[in-house]
Amino acid sequence: MKKRWYDYLWIVELIYMALGFFNILFAWLGMLFFCIPLIISLIWGTKGYCNRYCGRGQLFGLLGGRFGLSRKKDIPRWMKSKGFRYGFLMFFFVMFFQMLWTTYLVFSGAQDLRQVITLLWSLKLPWHWAYHGTLFHPGVAQFAFGFYSVMLTSTVLGLITMVLFKPRSWCVYCPMGTMTQMICKVKNRQGDIVTEQK
Amino acid sequence: MKPKMRTRRRAVVDTNACVACGCCVKVCPLSAIRIWHGVWADVDPGRCVGCGKCAKECPASVIAIQEVRA
Repeated sequence: MKKRWYDYLWIVELIYMALGFFNILFAWLGMLFFCIPLIISLIWGTKGYCNRYCGRGQLFGLLGGRFGLSRKKDIPRWMKSKGFRYGFLMFFFVMFFQMLWTTYLVFSGAQDLRQVITLLWSLKLPWHWAYHGTLFHPGVAQFAFGFYSVMLTSTVLGLITMVLFKPRSWCVYCPMGTMTQMICKVKNRQGDIVTEQK
Repeated sequence: MKPKMRTRRRAVVDTNACVACGCCVKVCPLSAIRIWHGVWADVDPGRCVGCGKCAKECPASVIAIQEVRA
């Protein structure tokens, strides 16, 4: 099958993760990975991002597929249940808002900037080498540290399930995927489709 | 002599459990699958030959290859 430009977006994902290692402010670029899928689903009512442009999914597909780093076993039934998928989405939301709260505290001066990356919502990893000061408020850097924590945590989780189950197992419980599918479901309710087809 | 019943293999998606990730679309050699409005994978029964590539690729393992009457 002919490769298209968007089949190489896994490189963007790799570059993104690497940039955050050297300068944490690049973590802000990750907002694109959050906003683009939402915009696509809200405007066109499709999961076009997951289907074509998700570099993370492509990276897992490549590592687990071509590089053979996956057992290629079925994902457990509970992991693909609606309860787990929506529960994980809610959990991700809570952790995301907690990160926003910490950012707010730094902006308001109630808390100092913490130059750490929180992996899997609990492990504090030193990451001070990636912060070289900023022209902006330290709160801008705090958000970057928090956002990179979210991205690194999801990458690690995705890699673990890639090894244990099928390469793109992350796609099953990816909070962005669940959220965009939810938006698509609401947007494309049966009644709307019938009206659209008329 | 009993007439021989012709069957063919076809991919069947459990639409209720499908996450619409589109992995199946990418591997289908006959472009027989599309993602219906971002909600589930939809197999074109006329095109599908039941090769099983999509079932193997599906991260949620919600595609089964079934024998259907031709």
